[in-house]
Amino acid sequence: MPERPLAPGLRPFDAVGGWTIAVVDSLGRFGSFFAEALAVLVTPPFKIRAFVDRIHFVGYNSLLIIFLTGAFTGMVLGLQIYLTLVRFGSEAFLGPAVALSLIRELGPVLAALMVTGRAGSALTAELGIMRITEQIDALTVMALNPMRYLVVPSILAGLVTFPLMTALFDVVGIFGGYLVGVKLLGLSEGTYFGEMQTFVDIDDIMVGFWKSLSFGVIVTWVCTYKGFNVGHGAEGVARATTQAVVLSSVLILVWDYFMGSILQ
Amino acid sequence: MINVEGLTKSFGPQKVLRELSLEIATGTITIVIGRSGGGKSVFLKHLIGLMRPDAGRIMVDGVDISRLRGRALDEIRRAYGVVFQGGALFDSMSCFDNVAFPLREKVRTPPDELTKRVEAALAQVGLEGVGPKYPAEISGGMRKRVAIARALVTEPEIVFFDEPTTGLDPVLVNTIHHLMLDLHRRFRFTAVVVSHEIPEIFEIADTVAMLHEGRIVEVGPPAAIQGSTNPVVQRFIKGEPDNNS
Repeated sequence: MPERPLAPGLRPFDAVGGWTIAVVDSLGRFGSFFAEALAVLVTPPFKIRAFVDRIHFVGYNSLLIIFLTGAFTGMVLGLQIYLTLVRFGSEAFLGPAVALSLIRELGPVLAALMVTGRAGSALTAELGIMRITEQIDALTVMALNPMRYLVVPSILAGLVTFPLMTALFDVVGIFGGYLVGVKLLGLSEGTYFGEMQTFVDIDDIMVGFWKSLSFGVIVTWVCTYKGFNVGHGAEGVARATTQAVVLSSVLILVWDYFMGSILQ
Repeated sequence: MINVEGLTKSFGPQKVLRELSLEIATGTITIVIGRSGGGKSVFLKHLIGLMRPDAGRIMVDGVDISRLRGRALDEIRRAYGVVFQGGALFDSMSCFDNVAFPLREKVRTPPDELTKRVEAALAQVGLEGVGPKYPAEISGGMRKRVAIARALVTEPEIVFFDEPTTGLDPVLVNTIHHLMLDLHRRFRFTAVVVSHEIPEIFEIADTVAMLHEGRIVEVGPPAAIQGSTNPVVQRFIKGEPDNNS
């Protein structure tokens, strides 16, 4: 039966209704994708080889960019915080200020953003190309669950590598702050590290750890979902990759605020 | 035996399959022909369980696979081999590993036997020594043959071919068709082939079904199809544009 045309006054409501249904539908798909991944995660067989390969892909291949961004973030922090603290005669607190900024906030967030840009985008593009070239369908018709081979190993690799990448970012960043504060601006080495030991405790480290762990899940979840549900052709892969990076980055910042307010 | 009854599928307002019915006898080669965009690939995706119909049934050995999900559907698929249009080889794996993949993951074959079976499968499609190469390093025709080797290595009962010769030169088209026929004689699987390679494909077919505007409009042995009085069939065989072109 053909649909009756809508009265012009009702069209905005129709558009809002259609948009709302589309948003709720995509959120439902997004959630059920993760629920299916969790169900596969806890049932054997476990794909150890694929997991190790994903650790290499997400973690090892991101080492250089983490090292570079960590070093320069620490150096910038060291310089800017020193220049601020020196106005109050409090430059002795440079070490804890750099360490706390990195460990609680900048380390997890910037490391996650960097890994998203490098590995997350590649993950989406790889799965997207596998989808449009029917490689994912090939797995399905072989009676092999693509979630087990392609999604779960990536999520597990995110859980393992993001905290490690964050720890590396923190250590390199603190050393960058040391180079600027101690070697360049003349602060004593004992003051930089001594005050750090006084002010940084295990709770601060755990805040960064929980954040990085959750970012690992968010980024791999978003990027594998977008790759799995790619549109048609090269344009579809390009759009999915952009969406994956943008959505992951926004969710990292939103979730960071949420975690920061809970884990004070 | 595959029995398709009243298969209907729409994408939004567009009806792609309209109460399509077809019987595919065990051990035969059935070719589904029809124009590009006429629903052949959608039909095939229903047969291999990648799409669900809006209405109708797909009975495979008495089981309606359109109602199955998860492990129950996977059990049926264990008897399947599928050759996708582009081959769908895993590009991160060598040709050897591509062919070995279903044996390793589906059948859990011991390493010694696995190597023998993979090398035999590659030899059957005339690709001895290609194992170490990656799909990107070989030609389109070789990729299709590796895909056929991968589909047949587990000795499936039903093999689906989605336009296996698209984009190949006439010599390779002939080679692939004869390879399919040769493998069918050896393994006696049921083959469902979606193709528009007319008239070459008639040489290997037991049954030809013409799909037009979502329905099977003619079905029978190749000779009967070629002699059909149905104007739609005749226009397609002769390559004449129809009124909708």
